[in-house]
Amino acid sequence: MADAVAKGQESAQSIPALLARNVARYGGYPAYREKEFGIWQSWSWAEAAEEIRAMALGFLSLGVERGDYIAIIGRNRPMHYWSMVAAQMCGAIPVPLYQDAAADEMAYVMEHCGARFVVCGDQEQVDKIVEIEDRIHAITHVTYTDKRGMRKYDHSRMNALEDVQAEGRAGHSRYEAELDKRIAELTYDSTCVMLYTSGTTGKPKGVVLSNRNIIETAKASSEFDHLNHNDEVLAYLPMAWVGDFIFSIGQAYWSGFTVNCPESPETMMIDLREIGPTYFFAPPRVFENQLTSVMIRMEDAGKLKKKLFDHYMKVAREVGPDILDGKPVSFGKRMSYALGNFFVYGPLKNTLGFSRIRVGYTAGEAIGPEIFSFYRSLGINLKQLYGQTEASVFITQQPDGEVRADTVGVPSPGVEVKIADNGEVFYRSPGTFVEYYKNAESTASTKDPEGWVATGDAGFFEEDTGHLRIIDRAKDVGKMADGRLFAPKYVENKLKFYPSILEAVVFGAGKDRCTAFINIDLTAVGNWAERNNISYASYQELAGHPRVYEMIREHVEEVNESIAEDPMLSGCQVHRFLILHKELDADDGEMTRTRKVRRNVIAEKFNDLIEALYDGRDEIYTETEVTYEDGRKGSIKATLKIADAKVVAPKQMAEAAE
Amino acid sequence: MKDMNEGYVTADGRQIGGVIMEMKNITLRFGGVVAIKDISFDIREGEIRAIIGPNGAGKSSMLNVISGFYIPTEGEVFYKGIKRGPMKPYQVARLGIARTFQNIALFDGMSVLDNIMTGRLTHMKKGLMSQAGWWWTGAAAEEHENREKVEKIIDFLEIQNIRKTPVGRLPYGLKKRVELARALAAEPKILLLDEPMAGMNVEEKEDMSRFILDVNDEFGTTIVLIEHDMGVVMDLSDRVVVMDYGKKIGDGTPDEVRSNQDVIDAYLGVAHD
Repeated sequence: MADAVAKGQESAQSIPALLARNVARYGGYPAYREKEFGIWQSWSWAEAAEEIRAMALGFLSLGVERGDYIAIIGRNRPMHYWSMVAAQMCGAIPVPLYQDAAADEMAYVMEHCGARFVVCGDQEQVDKIVEIEDRIHAITHVTYTDKRGMRKYDHSRMNALEDVQAEGRAGHSRYEAELDKRIAELTYDSTCVMLYTSGTTGKPKGVVLSNRNIIETAKASSEFDHLNHNDEVLAYLPMAWVGDFIFSIGQAYWSGFTVNCPESPETMMIDLREIGPTYFFAPPRVFENQLTSVMIRMEDAGKLKKKLFDHYMKVAREVGPDILDGKPVSFGKRMSYALGNFFVYGPLKNTLGFSRIRVGYTAGEAIGPEIFSFYRSLGINLKQLYGQTEASVFITQQPDGEVRADTVGVPSPGVEVKIADNGEVFYRSPGTFVEYYKNAESTASTKDPEGWVATGDAGFFEEDTGHLRIIDRAKDVGKMADGRLFAPKYVENKLKFYPSILEAVVFGAGKDRCTAFINIDLTAVGNWAERNNISYASYQELAGHPRVYEMIREHVEEVNESIAEDPMLSGCQVHRFLILHKELDADDGEMTRTRKVRRNVIAEKFNDLIEALYDGRDEIYTETEVTYEDGRKGSIKATLKIADAKVVAPKQMAEAAE
Repeated sequence: MKDMNEGYVTADGRQIGGVIMEMKNITLRFGGVVAIKDISFDIREGEIRAIIGPNGAGKSSMLNVISGFYIPTEGEVFYKGIKRGPMKPYQVARLGIARTFQNIALFDGMSVLDNIMTGRLTHMKKGLMSQAGWWWTGAAAEEHENREKVEKIIDFLEIQNIRKTPVGRLPYGLKKRVELARALAAEPKILLLDEPMAGMNVEEKEDMSRFILDVNDEFGTTIVLIEHDMGVVMDLSDRVVVMDYGKKIGDGTPDEVRSNQDVIDAYLGVAHD
C-alpha cells in the first residue's frame, strides 16, 4: 500500500494523470453511475476515461486553448464531471457555477473569469447564457447536455456535448498528439479548478485551487477515513461547491470509488435509498429534513408501531453512541440494542438510505445536538468537519470515536491551526488556495506571506480534548451597548434546532438588548397545525397565527433559559421577536446560494421591522419586494405582530441578588 | 395564405403541414337541444389548434365529435382526406388520436408508471395466452420495449420522482401531467386536450404550457385544445376557433380572433340600450 501511494504521488500530478492511474488499477470497476430512464447506467473507469478523452478531443476541435476558462452550469451528471476533467486535459480551467443562479449573478462571474466556453445542463441554462451573451463578448461557444427543446436555437456557435464527443472521436488522429502533449504539460502547480465563493458579503471571489491543493487534500482525507475503491457516494450537492469537487472528483479519483448521480433533484431521496452510499456528505439541513419527515410519519403511525419506536429509540439514545464509539456497554444493553436494530433501526436506516453508511459528514452550519445524536444512536457514523473553499474543504474533522455535537474536531492531517488574540481561527495546509483570481488585494488580506489564512470565524480549542469549537463569524461577534458579548449565530443556531423554526436572525449589536426575526418551517408547522385543527390559507396567515406565536414564544423562552447558563453570552437573550411574513430566500438576496443569512441585506431591507422591535410597538404594517424564480418582481403586504419573550437573569447575578 | 393545402410557416418558424382533419357542416343534437350548429373548420398537421368559448358553448361536444365519441347528427368528418364513419374507441386509438379529460380519468389505485403503461395498450400485440408464457413467447421483450417508451415520456414530463406513487395520492396539477403522459404513451398523431390547465395555479400553468409546446415541437404532434385561460390560448395556439351557443363565431390566428367584434361581444357582452 505504502509503495502504491508513493508511486501514485510521483506519477499522478494532475486529475487526468490520476484518471490514467485508475484505468490501470481499477479499469473494470464502476467509476460513474447515473439513473436515467428508470435504470442505473454505469461506466467503468476504462469507459469513463474513453468518454472523457473523446470530449477533450472534441474541445480541441472547438478551439479550446491553454488557460481558457470553461464554465460548467448544470446539475450533477457524469457528463458534467467529465467535462471538467476534459477541460483540464486541454490545459483549460473548469469553473463550475451554481445552476440556480439568476442570469445577472451569472453574468458577473462569467465576465470576471472571461470564460470562452460554456457547458450547460439544459435549455434553462442555455437561455441564461443567451440572455447575458450580448453583455459578455468573451463567450465563443456554448455546449449543452440535454438536447430537449434546443432545436430552434441558432446553432452556429452551439453544440450538444455528445456531438462534441462524436466530433472528437472522428478527429482523434488529428488531435491526439496535441492532447497528449497538453496532458503531459500538467504539473502539481497547474490550476485544477476555480470555484467562486458564495459571498456572504460583496461580490463572489474566484478561488484558484491547484492540483497540489486538491490531490494532497484528497489523499490526506481519504486516508483519514480509510476510503477505498469499493466506496459509493451520491453526488447531489451543487457542483460549484468545493465540497462536491473534493468528494466527487478529488477523493473519487484518489481512492477510485464510485460517484452516483441521481435521476433528478426531486428523486434524490429515492436514489439515495437505492444506492445506499457508504460515504455520505450532507449539510445539516438534509439531516434535519429527514428527521422531521420521520417524526411526522411516526406521529401518524399506529399505536403499536409508535410504542415500539419510542421504546427502542430510548434504548438507542442511551447506548447507541457508546456502542458506535467502542466504549464498554453491558451485555444486557447490547442485547436490547440488537433487538432494536432488528425491529426499528435497521428498517429505519434502510428507509433513509443509510444501511451501508461507513462514514458520514455534515458541515457548513452547526447541527442540532438532538439531530446529531439521533443519527449517531442509530449506529450511523455521522461526524462533523470544519472547512472552507480556500482550504480545499478540510481544516478540522472528527476522528472516529471522538465525535461530539458541539465541536468540529481536531486539525486534519497536514493542517496547522492557530487562534489569534481576538479569537479568530487561522490555518495553513497543503490545501491552502493559490490566490483569488484577479484580486491580489483580497488575496493579500486573507493569506499572509507565511501562508496563514484567516477563516473569519471565532473559536477556541478545548483544553482537555484538543477539539476546536467555533462560536460565530469573527466579524459578527460584537458588543452590545453595555459592552456585553454579542454572538448572533450562537443564538440563531439554538433557535434553529427547533423543527418549527427554519431560520432566525438575531439583532443586538450596539443595542441594549437582543431581538429576533423568525422564519417558521412550513412542513413542520403545517403538520402541527393540521393535528391541532388550525386552518390557514397561506404561509403568511400561518406565520401570523396567534397559536404559532405562542409556540414560538415558548421556544424562544427555552432558548433564553439555556443562554442564561453561559455567563459570557447571557446578554444575548431574545427580548422581543416577530415571525416574518415571507421565507428568507436567495432569490431576494437575503441568503447566499448555500443558504446562509446575509445579515446586512436583511438589516437594510427590513429596517422598519427592526425599528419596531426596539420602539415597543406591538404590530407593524410593512410591504416587501419579492423576486420570483424567473426574475420578475412583486410585493407582499402584511401587518406583523411583535411578541415579548421572558428573559432569565444570568446565573451569577441571580446569586448575587440573594 | 392559410387556404392553400400545402400548409404555412408560423411566426416562430415551425412548418405546418396540410389538412389532417376536416369538419364539414357539423350539427349535433341531443333530442331537442342543439349542442353544435353547422360548424366547419379544419385541423392542420403539426399545428396547435384551440377551441374557445364561454361556458356551454359546445366545446367539449366538439372535442367528442373530433375524437369520434359522438357521431354528428348532420355533417361529415374527414380524417386524412377519408370520410370517417362511426367508430369504436379502440379504432379511434389505432387511428392515432389520444385525449385527456376535463375531469381527470386515471386509475387512482395504480402507480403513475402503470397508468402510463395503459396508454401503450394499442401497441401491445401479445394476447393473454402468450402473456402467460412470458419469456418463451416474447411477452417480456414486448413489455421491455414498451417500458422504454414510457420511461422516455416520464423523463420528458419530468415526473421521475413519482414513478411508483399511486395516482390517488398525487396533487391535482401532477395528475393532469400524468394524464398527458398516458395520452402521449399512445404516440398519437393528434392529441386532444380538454382544459389541460383548469384549476391550476400560475406556475403549474406555465409548466403545462411548456410541456404542450415541447410535445408539439419534439414529436410533431398535432394538438387540439380547449381552454378557458385566454392568455394561455393566445400564447400557445397557432389558430383558434371561437364558439358561442353552438355556433362558430370566429376562426383564425390569435390576433385575428382578438380583434373580431363578434368574439369581443360574446366574451364581454353587448351593451343593451
